[in-house]
Amino acid sequence: MLQVGLTHFLVVSAILFSFGIYGIVTRKNAVMVLMGIELVLNAANINFIAFAKYGNFGFSGQMIALFVIILAAAEAAIALAIVLNIYKTFLSVNVDEIDHLKE
Amino acid sequence: MANLYQSLELILPEIVLSLALVVLVTSDLILHKDKRLIPYIAGLGIAVTGAFVINQFNFSGFAFQTSSNTLRNYGMVAVDPFGVFFKLIVIASSILIVFFSYSSEEINKTIDRLGEYYALIFGMMLGMFFMITATDFILIYLSLELLSLSSYVLSGFTKLRDRNSEAALKYLLYGAVSSGLMLFGISLIYGLTGSTNLYVINSLLQVNSFNGFTFSFAVILVFAGIGYKISSAPFHFWTPDVYEGAPITITAFLSVASKAAGFALLIRFIKTTFVSFVDVNGAWALIEIFDWKTILVAISILTMTLGNFSALWQDNLKRMLAYSSIAHAGYLLLGIVVFSNQGLIAMLVYFVIYLLMNLGAFLVVMLVANKIGSEEIDDYNGLGYTSPLLGISFAIFLISLTGLPPTAGFIGKLYLFIALVDAKMITVAVIALLNSVVSLYYYIRVLKHMYLIRATESTPAVVSSFGNKLLVLIIVIPVLVLGIYFSPLIDFAKRSITILGL
Repeated sequence: MLQVGLTHFLVVSAILFSFGIYGIVTRKNAVMVLMGIELVLNAANINFIAFAKYGNFGFSGQMIALFVIILAAAEAAIALAIVLNIYKTFLSVNVDEIDHLKE
Repeated sequence: MANLYQSLELILPEIVLSLALVVLVTSDLILHKDKRLIPYIAGLGIAVTGAFVINQFNFSGFAFQTSSNTLRNYGMVAVDPFGVFFKLIVIASSILIVFFSYSSEEINKTIDRLGEYYALIFGMMLGMFFMITATDFILIYLSLELLSLSSYVLSGFTKLRDRNSEAALKYLLYGAVSSGLMLFGISLIYGLTGSTNLYVINSLLQVNSFNGFTFSFAVILVFAGIGYKISSAPFHFWTPDVYEGAPITITAFLSVASKAAGFALLIRFIKTTFVSFVDVNGAWALIEIFDWKTILVAISILTMTLGNFSALWQDNLKRMLAYSSIAHAGYLLLGIVVFSNQGLIAMLVYFVIYLLMNLGAFLVVMLVANKIGSEEIDDYNGLGYTSPLLGISFAIFLISLTGLPPTAGFIGKLYLFIALVDAKMITVAVIALLNSVVSLYYYIRVLKHMYLIRATESTPAVVSSFGNKLLVLIIVIPVLVLGIYFSPLIDFAKRSITILGL
């Protein structure tokens, strides 16, 4: 019987983190980039909770994860508002086309 | 409970700032027909907070200590002279920004949303205050996000042109990625050490040995979050676009206050986490686990070189000042790479001077942009003759940014280079000096346009109001005076280097 240990959680979080970075780097759509950022934040959350549980660090890890979830929600709200504003001005959310500020 | 009351007493400035924020939002609702009172309320709020910050010079201590901690009993917030110094920098720049906003055309065009504007500025200030004092990773991350979220909105606040929204989007994407990386780094450090408190991590690092590779990886990720705030290379890509696109008052605020908070956080992070002791000469002994010295020297040289060389080709003054502020982040990092009290003093002195000269330069650019709505360098042809006061002040600010005597910028650079030479880092000092020579080209180029090219019909005669003239003088006189009489500033910086814990 396979015992689920700390390593399993860390592998999942490392995979999530890598997917998140991959999404941020490759995606052209601003909303998809934001989803990549969300993956990175959740990878960190998994780390926090797994370390707190298996390292016997008390509840601080879970507490940080709660804070991060709230902040991620706030960030997503502001991010989507800004993306909506971009769509109104540029009629597109492709981050490659929004380059009026380059010299 | 006694602990809680004590803690609340220690964070009085932050409490006052939050109350001022609430008052501001409420009065925005009450005065929804006439918004002209809002700037006065904001200015008053900042002034009262400033009084409480000055009062903090008299005491220091840790707030919000966790009693269950079996290790040393340290709190989440450290109130010390170092923090007070940076809080005063934030207060000074915020007051100036309120005055700037009062006369900015861009902001006055969106006067019906003025309450939101100042509320968001107060949100940024609150984030900065906690960033400056935070000694726990949870609070560091929370305050960084509070600062970032408010500034994302502010950088796209006016929505008058395409470039406002574009600046907000770029700031948001870069900021969110780097704070995500920082959080992942924090989670790894938490896993390795079992704590988020910087002091506890320090004491663990001195005794135990950790997996060096994982720890270094985590620290680099954390540095990504801080490096983005101080716009050091390789995390500086957002700076030119955001500085050019954001409303000019916000650009000025980001380039000084936000950078101050980032530097305060970086210094506190390095000093409390990685320094084992401070010897009698004031040199900091670093714990072996992470080679800060090499990395910071490399980053600082890269930052100033990239900033200075990219600024050479800029025709937009806001963009040029953005690259110049990247270069100055490199100079300021030199104060940290020395890892001694002397370097820290030099950095604090430089920061006060940087605040004055950078805000002054942005003020002149704003006053000209108020008149003609553009920041292109060709519009400055002959400006020195059509509006003498602005021309001369701008010349003084640019000479000070280059670091030539008799302006304050010279004193700032002098102290930094002396600290470098005393630490036997002559090569770095020479590279920084050569960088200053490069920067002379693009600063003087503006002077050439202002004084050596004849004024054309399109050259604006910027007739400023009495208040604006006074504002320019308030900034330009200290820049000149501090170039000659600077010992009070040095004494002030010497008293402000105490960071709690060591």
